[in-house]
Amino acid sequence: MIQKKIREKAKELLEKKVVDLIVGFGEWTLPLRTTPIFIRTPEGADHLIWNSFCENNLATYLHKFSHFKVGVVVKGCDARSITALSLEKRFKPGQLYLIGVPCQRMVDRRRVKKAVKGEILRAGEQGDQIIVEGEDFKTALRREDFLYPSCQVCIHRTPRQANVLVGDPVEETPMVETHPEIKEFEKKSPEERWDFFEKESSRCIRCYACREVCPMCYCAECFVDSSNPKWIEKSLSPSDIEFYHIVRAYHQTGRCSGCGACERACPMEIRLTYLTQKLNQDVKELFSFETGIEAETPPPLSTYDIEDRQEFIK
Amino acid sequence: MEDHWEPKILAFLCNWCSYAGADLAGTSRIQYPPNIRVIRVPCSGRINPLFILKALQSGIDGVLVSGCHPGDCHYISGNYVGRRKSATLKRFLEYLGFEEGRVQFSWVSAAEGGKFSQVVDEVTQDIKKLGPARRFVKKIGSQ
Repeated sequence: MIQKKIREKAKELLEKKVVDLIVGFGEWTLPLRTTPIFIRTPEGADHLIWNSFCENNLATYLHKFSHFKVGVVVKGCDARSITALSLEKRFKPGQLYLIGVPCQRMVDRRRVKKAVKGEILRAGEQGDQIIVEGEDFKTALRREDFLYPSCQVCIHRTPRQANVLVGDPVEETPMVETHPEIKEFEKKSPEERWDFFEKESSRCIRCYACREVCPMCYCAECFVDSSNPKWIEKSLSPSDIEFYHIVRAYHQTGRCSGCGACERACPMEIRLTYLTQKLNQDVKELFSFETGIEAETPPPLSTYDIEDRQEFIK
Repeated sequence: MEDHWEPKILAFLCNWCSYAGADLAGTSRIQYPPNIRVIRVPCSGRINPLFILKALQSGIDGVLVSGCHPGDCHYISGNYVGRRKSATLKRFLEYLGFEEGRVQFSWVSAAEGGKFSQVVDEVTQDIKKLGPARRFVKKIGSQ
């Protein structure tokens, strides 16, 4: 079982002092959720778990641990984020030890909640089923029907550049034809697209959960907080909210691993991945670049090719 | 007031080529539409996409970014880097629903006074057809 192997590996790494700290997932109080945990002792490794609710991108915590040797439990998307961060020189060589877990795709807790009537008090997994229990109900749901959209389109679910893999590699095919969100959006007229974007972003309360949870958002001074130049105000005017979303997505060009953590963190359930997926698609089409796949290829916007496309330039 | 709207277009011109090309258009007394406001930047690679977005937010009807031809950049590779940013930004803005043609890009060299006036003419015609900026404009005092 993957969970057992993760615990054994973590224990071994901490005992041999290969790492000072392990970042992984642990049990917590809410159903359908796990919590990121930080283990410093071999005994603590028994708190590590692995299930279909391990949705967080743990790479976002690595920015805090520049003085430690850190072991991280990584899914496909986490590993891609870490590779992208390594290209941006966020880690010292040999600082990280990646415990790679081939990902079985994570369960969309919001859709599960909407599928039952009543508050879910307990949730668990059994084979390919999710069992949810409330005060007066107990339902089994098919796991495959309740996966996150970002997980459904994910191709590289086996972590590359992992120091060790604790499971068998999984096939590199998406569950759905790639990017149904983008195709759906592009069917609309420009007016309709802007209306959709405006309506989605109108719910934004500028809590910046999306920014905090994203591993690639680590700027010491975010453009939002800059007062000289002041790009946007901290107001709820639609224009400022739209500016924030456009720019935060755009700042991920060539860097986003498509993990979907931003959309999952949003308390207002704003759709965000249709923006970042489009940028990823463009970067692939224009520069043949996919985030986090090659450890040596420089990020697309920090380099150039003399033969880059320029049919749009007069 | 409203029946004769003239577009306001911001033109980011790189100092070494496009700005000089615009200057040549002026000294040659070539007539071109007066709708552009020029901002001189050292290189087209200096353009931060936030400049373009800030312009559109302020109610500017169109943006033109112009630089040196590939291979001729004064800073060797600035225009190549700018080219990649321009490509990704243009596609993203059009995906979001910004009208195609609001933000345009060109290569104009210091000797191309004629081309500069032609580019400005084309861009002004395009923006006139699109109408005043509608998306994203920040209205003072709105909630």
